[in-house]
Amino acid sequence: MGPLSYTGSAMKIAVCVKQIPDPNTPYALDPGTHFVERPQDQVLDDTDRYGVEIALQLAEATGGTVTLVSMCPAGNLQGIRQALAMGAHRAVIVNDPGLRGSGALVTAKVLAAVLRKEEPDLVITGTESTDGYTGVVPQQVAELLGLPSLTFARKVTQADGKIRIERMTAMGYDVVESPLPVLLSVTSGVVEPRYPTFKGIMAAKTKPVEQPTAADLGFGPDQVGPTGSAQEIIGVRAAPERGAGRKVVDEGEAHLEIVRLLEQVKVI
Amino acid sequence: MQTWVFAEEIEGAPTTLALEMLSKARTFGGDLAAVYLGAGSDAAFATLGAHGATKVFHLTPGGALPTAAAAAALAGLVAEHHPDMLLFGVAFTDRDVAGRLSARIDRPVLSNAVEITIAGDTVQVINEILGGTTLVDTVYRGPKPWIGIVRPKSFAAEAGTAFTPEVIPVALPDVGHAGEAAVLEHHAEVSEGPSLEDAAIVVTAGRGVGGTDKMGALNELAVLLGAAVGGTRAVVDAGWLPFSAQVGQTGKTVRPGVYIAAGVSGAMQHLVGMKDSGTIIAVNKDEEAPIFRVADLGIVGDLHKVLPKLVEELKARR
Repeated sequence: MGPLSYTGSAMKIAVCVKQIPDPNTPYALDPGTHFVERPQDQVLDDTDRYGVEIALQLAEATGGTVTLVSMCPAGNLQGIRQALAMGAHRAVIVNDPGLRGSGALVTAKVLAAVLRKEEPDLVITGTESTDGYTGVVPQQVAELLGLPSLTFARKVTQADGKIRIERMTAMGYDVVESPLPVLLSVTSGVVEPRYPTFKGIMAAKTKPVEQPTAADLGFGPDQVGPTGSAQEIIGVRAAPERGAGRKVVDEGEAHLEIVRLLEQVKVI
Repeated sequence: MQTWVFAEEIEGAPTTLALEMLSKARTFGGDLAAVYLGAGSDAAFATLGAHGATKVFHLTPGGALPTAAAAAALAGLVAEHHPDMLLFGVAFTDRDVAGRLSARIDRPVLSNAVEITIAGDTVQVINEILGGTTLVDTVYRGPKPWIGIVRPKSFAAEAGTAFTPEVIPVALPDVGHAGEAAVLEHHAEVSEGPSLEDAAIVVTAGRGVGGTDKMGALNELAVLLGAAVGGTRAVVDAGWLPFSAQVGQTGKTVRPGVYIAAGVSGAMQHLVGMKDSGTIIAVNKDEEAPIFRVADLGIVGDLHKVLPKLVEELKARR
C-alpha cells in the first residue's frame, strides 16, 4: 500500500487540466485580439501530469473514478487524450469560442460550474498553467465551491478520509491537513507521473469526452470572454531586448574569459 | 487613490516583496494601508510605516490555514472602506488570499505585474509573457477594487521617513468548511550560504549538469564566490535540488549582479525568472541554446571542463 492508500469509500476525483500549444514551439499571437493562437494539435500542460498521477493513485486505492475537467479549445483533443491514456476515465471539456479571452476569474467560474454538477470528493489542480500562469484559478475555484484549498503541495498523503500535504512556504514547508471535500493544488515533482501504456493509448481513443458550451452551463455571452472578465488587453509589444553579448567556443582557456569578466564587474 | 498592500509575516517581519509593493504604491499618492497577516510586533508595524503604510489592518492567524478566513476578512474590509486597489505578491499565501478574495467579491485579478501605471481612473498592469520577450498591457474595466499580483523584484524596497502607523486589529471570521484546513507543523529548511533572492551572485544548474553527484565544481564555485545555488525546473523535478532552489516562472525571480548559468538551455519559463540579472554568464555545450541570446558572455563548451578550471583559477588567486 502506497502513501495514498485509502480506507474510506470510493473516491470521486476531478482533475482540472489544460491543453496548451506545445511550449517547445514559438507561440503566435493573433494581432487583432492579442490572444495566443491555438493550433489543432495541442499538448497536455506538462505540469498537469502530476495531478493526474495523484488522482489515479487515490482512485486506484479506493475503486474511485477520475474525471478530467477543462476549459480550452478542444482542437483534436490530443492533449486531453494524453491524460485519458494515463488512465483517467472520462473528460468534460468546456469548448466554446465565446470563452476566448476570458480572464482567470471567468475561467474559475466555468470550471466551478462543471464541478458543481460533478460533485467530486476531491478537486486536483496544478499550481498554474504554463502558458497563462495567472496562478489564482485553483484558489478561485475553491472559494466559489466553498472548499478549503490545500495549495502548493509537494507531498500528498491521506488518512481517515483526510488529505494531508506538505505545503510549500517561504521558509520550507508546513504540514496541512483537511477533511474532504477539498481542493488540492500540486507542484511539479510531487510524484513521478506514469507514462501511458499502449493499451492506455488505445483505450483513450474511445473514452467519453463531453463538450458542453458556456450556454449549456448557464453563462450568457456577456458573462464570459473579455467583456465578462472586466479586463482588457490594450497592447502587446516586444520587450526591450537585452541583446546577446560575446560567444566564445572553449578551446581549453575559456574559463579565463569568465575570470576577466568577474574582475571587470568587481566581484573578484 | 486608496491602495492596500498585503504583507505576510515571515520570521517576525513583513516580506521584502511586501516592502517592494509598498514602495511602489507610495508613488501612487493618496492613502496607503498594509494588510498584515502574522503575529505582529511594534518593529514589524514600524517597518510597514517606514515604507509608507499609514494604517495597518492586522490579521492574526490561529491554528488553521488562514487563507480562506483572511480572504473573507478582507472582503468585509473592502465593503467597509472601499479601497481602489489591492496589491499582492507572487508568493504562496499572497496568491491564495488574492484568488479567494477575487472570487468572493467578484472582481478580476491581474497577475504577474512587473509595472503598474495610473492615468486618471485607468490602471494599467504590464506583465511579461513568452519568457519576458513580450510585454502585455492590460487595463481593468468595471467597478473597483482592482486586484493585482506583483512579481518579486519588480520594484525596489525603499524606506522613507519613519512613521508609526495606526494598527487596526481585524478578527478572522468563521468561514465554515472552507476554513477547516489545519496547520499541524511548521518546518524551516535551512540552506547554507546566502538566500537565492538576496544573493549578489547566483550560480544555476541546468539539466546539462547531469546529476546531483556531478555538481561538485558548481557547488565549489558558489562557495568561492559567496553565491547562492539555483536550479532549473528540470533539475528540481529530477530531485537534484530542492524546489526552494528553483529559478523561473514557477519558482523564484532573481536579479543578482552576476548570474552564472551552467548547463542551462534557457527555456522561456526559466528566462522570465532571471533575465533582469546584471551580468549573465552561460556555459553550455549547445551553441544554439537560447540562454546565449541573453548572456553577456556565452561559453560554448563542456561545463565539466570549464567549471573545474575556473575553480582552480579562482583558488590560485586567493
